[in-house]
Amino acid sequence: MSQNFRLNTGGLINRNKPIEFKFNGKKYIGYEGDTLASALLANGIHLIGRSFKYHRPRGFFGAGVDEPNAKMQVEINGCSEPNINATEIELVNGLSASSQNCWPSVNFDIGAINNFLNRFFPAGFYYKTFMWPKSFWYRVYEPFIRKAAGLGIASLEKDKERYEHKYEYCDLLVTGSGPAGLASAYAAAKNGAKVILAEDKPRYGGTLLTDDVTIDNLSGKDWSEKIISELKEMPNVIVKNRSQVFGYYDHNMMVMFERTGDHLEKKPKYTPRQRLWYIRAKEVLLSTGSIERPIVFGNNDTPGVFLSAAAKEYMKVYGVLIGKKPIIFTNNDSGYETAIEFKKNGVNPIVLDTREDQNSELINEAKDLDIKIKFSYAVIVAHGYKKVKSATIGKLNKEKIDFENTEQIDCDSICVSGFWTPTVHLASQSGNKLKFNDSIDAFVPDKSKQNEHSLGAANGTFTLQDTLKNSFNTGSEVSKSITKKDEKIQIPNTNERRYSAHDKFWCSPLPKGKNYKRFVDFQNDVAVSDIEVALREGYRSIEHVKRYTTLGMATDQGRTSNLNGLQLVANVEKKIVPQVGHTTFRPPFTPVTIGTIVGREIGKEYMPTRKTPMHHWHEKNNAVWVDAGAWKRPRYYNRGNENLFEASKREAKNVRDHVGVCDVTTLGKIDIKGPDAAEFLNRVYTNAWLKLPVGKARYGVMLREDGIVMDDGTTTRISENHYHMTTTTAQAANVLSHLEYYLQIVWPELNVNVVSTTEQWAGAAIAGPKSRDLLAKLFPKIDVSNEALPFMGYVEGDLFGVKARIFRISFSGELAYEINVESDFGLFMWEKIIDIGEEFNIQPYGTEALSTLRIEMGHVAGPELDGRTIPYDVSLEGLVSKKKDFIGKRSLAKEAFNKADRQKIVGLVPLDRKSSIPEGSHLVENKNAKLPNPKLGHVSSSCWSVENNNPFSLAILKDGKNMIGKKLFAVSPLKNTSIEVEVMSSHYVDHEGKRVRS
Amino acid sequence: MLNIKCPYCGDRSQKEFAYGGDGTITRPKLNQEISDEEWDNFVYLRKSPRGKHIELWHHIAGCRQWFKVERDTTTHEIFRTFKPEE
Repeated sequence: MSQNFRLNTGGLINRNKPIEFKFNGKKYIGYEGDTLASALLANGIHLIGRSFKYHRPRGFFGAGVDEPNAKMQVEINGCSEPNINATEIELVNGLSASSQNCWPSVNFDIGAINNFLNRFFPAGFYYKTFMWPKSFWYRVYEPFIRKAAGLGIASLEKDKERYEHKYEYCDLLVTGSGPAGLASAYAAAKNGAKVILAEDKPRYGGTLLTDDVTIDNLSGKDWSEKIISELKEMPNVIVKNRSQVFGYYDHNMMVMFERTGDHLEKKPKYTPRQRLWYIRAKEVLLSTGSIERPIVFGNNDTPGVFLSAAAKEYMKVYGVLIGKKPIIFTNNDSGYETAIEFKKNGVNPIVLDTREDQNSELINEAKDLDIKIKFSYAVIVAHGYKKVKSATIGKLNKEKIDFENTEQIDCDSICVSGFWTPTVHLASQSGNKLKFNDSIDAFVPDKSKQNEHSLGAANGTFTLQDTLKNSFNTGSEVSKSITKKDEKIQIPNTNERRYSAHDKFWCSPLPKGKNYKRFVDFQNDVAVSDIEVALREGYRSIEHVKRYTTLGMATDQGRTSNLNGLQLVANVEKKIVPQVGHTTFRPPFTPVTIGTIVGREIGKEYMPTRKTPMHHWHEKNNAVWVDAGAWKRPRYYNRGNENLFEASKREAKNVRDHVGVCDVTTLGKIDIKGPDAAEFLNRVYTNAWLKLPVGKARYGVMLREDGIVMDDGTTTRISENHYHMTTTTAQAANVLSHLEYYLQIVWPELNVNVVSTTEQWAGAAIAGPKSRDLLAKLFPKIDVSNEALPFMGYVEGDLFGVKARIFRISFSGELAYEINVESDFGLFMWEKIIDIGEEFNIQPYGTEALSTLRIEMGHVAGPELDGRTIPYDVSLEGLVSKKKDFIGKRSLAKEAFNKADRQKIVGLVPLDRKSSIPEGSHLVENKNAKLPNPKLGHVSSSCWSVENNNPFSLAILKDGKNMIGKKLFAVSPLKNTSIEVEVMSSHYVDHEGKRVRS
Repeated sequence: MLNIKCPYCGDRSQKEFAYGGDGTITRPKLNQEISDEEWDNFVYLRKSPRGKHIELWHHIAGCRQWFKVERDTTTHEIFRTFKPEE
């Protein structure tokens, strides 16, 4: 079969460029400029899928975003994607498509048995059937539903394509390049406004491509080409095709989806497949047009039933006949345009018009062309299973609720036109409450909530002359207020055929005794009877009816079904449509690929990676990384066949025995300057800061206003009004914001400046009994004796020509120093320390050893300062000043914080001295107690004590002060362990803190 | 995504800002006696008004200044943004 339904001439396709593609494994030929849908139709393919619930055969219905049925699994460039709308995807060489929702094939689908059982599949079927027995849900029902409801298959392969994001700002965004869009964009552009004109199709012009009209004596198509080429020449205009504006968000943030790659046979290497645009527009002009409304009749979902405008578009744009024996079923003049187009192409249609015999320009033209017209007629039911073969039609009685006579006529297609529904999705998303327009039986935008205007058909204006007039004027007015320019534009003359009034007929009645399925929503398989069932069962709100029946859900968003659904509810409820109201329109208007939403933020680019200046040295020395926020930190340095446990033990032991060096660049550093800096610190920290001398560091704890510990660290007085604060790696950003808040909002009278210097300084901690010897060699000119540089002392030094800051502070509990140099010299410093440290057996140590060292010393860190502990809980009450006020102090007086049995940090050792206690274990008195077993506390940090060579943990324990010496169980249901432990002091090593002062 | 006019930098996307909560709260002065109830009001109790609301925002990926925003909590309309001292 080769394009039997392709017209010999006409259409906007390139007949010189045939394109080969596959559908369900078979090869076909189409032309460049085809969509997958038009190419299949040219080959006479109508059966393209099975319906969602009943697995009924389905064919094409629309020609663009209006298409509810033609969702396909499509493979282009080795990339397979489900749910692609065949009416929107352009044909390219090598494209391979297949039907979804059918098994084993679209021609023979086992699920179609559902269709014959359809009285067992009423509205709410899933809710009603799969309720019991409960145990069946996971084993039987859910797998069944998943298989039955399959809408294509998502690829499990990594997406190799490239997707991009783009930000743009403009004065006017115009959505849609039909007459309204072109006119308004042109007028605004002439006024010098920065305009973006977005068209979702590959071709500009919208209905101008298919309507028989002239503008200034040019055909609609020629006029649109002229305007577009002028707009493209203007530097203040961006014109984009294949670009769907799908979301309208706050403050005129518009989101657009551009298909940049799929239509290219050979995509250049750096061209993305798709691009997401974030557009902030001062004004938005919605020229989204309208979508033709179906008329509902029996078996109206049979392949071969089309929207009448779609049939016309297939002829005029693609040179394709959707049938050779069509019935046009219409309630308005639009159907006649399709009939006339058929006639011009040598096909004899029959028009069934639900209105009484009448005249209009179009009807008369059709009559003159000898087109057979039957007035007061309607299609009752289509016959044919996989394709329309004939139809039973009938003459409507006066009330149009029954038929005077019926007859069966042969046909191969039925084109329906039930008048037009403005595409108000974006307007509704903007917050615009819609209003019902009686004269067109549809909702149109009402008062704008954001800076938006709807134009043309999207606003219910269906004549070209009015559309152009309003659009030129609005484009001009809106842009004038932005650019202050007012270029006068002559509104062009138009020639179009005037319509006579449409008929409100929307659904064919059922003849007595007949029970044909009449579909309202094709995509979700919702028939008239389903909605009636929902209403009978008491669903009243249209939002409930929608969810119970699935009417207007999924990718279709009710584009063709919405109003007929509302009309039906209104009829049954004896209301009018505006009383029923409409469901909420939500973005996206059309489906958007996940790849586009994600953009380049995948893999390594998911978030920034922060590396210290010594990163490459760590890498070369077999560092195994751990993420600390965005930072990469060495967890341990691998030697030979060591595992984490062995390596961290070795590293920690080496610190206790000799000396180790740790990269502490990631600690937060904040530079604090100003005459009130001391006063400020005194308010921020719980302890006293006014008397800290220059050249001294002090450990401090800061609280939130609710009394909970926020962070801890040391701050050093560099000079009279200059301090260097350190924070934990995790809290660095929060602490800076916290300080800025108090300085800018609470105490603006304090003259203090704070700035982050985390990335300006590289830091190395050298720790261990040999660290002083090492320091002396690094800074031969400085007296590093305990007297000259005591614990918590600070000096500045010269590290082989590099200015360095030396702090005698310790996290490991050993004699230790921290050296800071400017980041550029970080690696230099590190290599010097490693070189010179060699004679003292220096080894680098990672965060795992660091944790071991601090845990066995009983130093608290993140796991203890977990946002639930007050200073008392973590044995920091000695740092809480009784004399002065500070942030959060008042909260410490709360009753709950002062209970005698308040939780407290303790140490734990397993009785067997062997079993490691999982972090997060619960502490209980009796491991066999009945549930819920009263929890006394939890294990916060665990390590293998290198000092005592057995496991040791820190825990937060209720009444911990009085629990020392008691035996408890540490129970971890996750690890399935229950370990008997002894409670002891949290300071397991060097109780008195002698080493740091040695 | 909101468009917020930082009083120091001008119009910027919401992405650059962090929300800072109710902008009408005044911290009690230091070193003064204060009842449990007053303190709890300050620390915990916040109104959640429908409609106009003055709130704090922090230009965290910009000038790092805290400032105030008068915003409608239902429509997200921003009426004005201003420096804390204004």
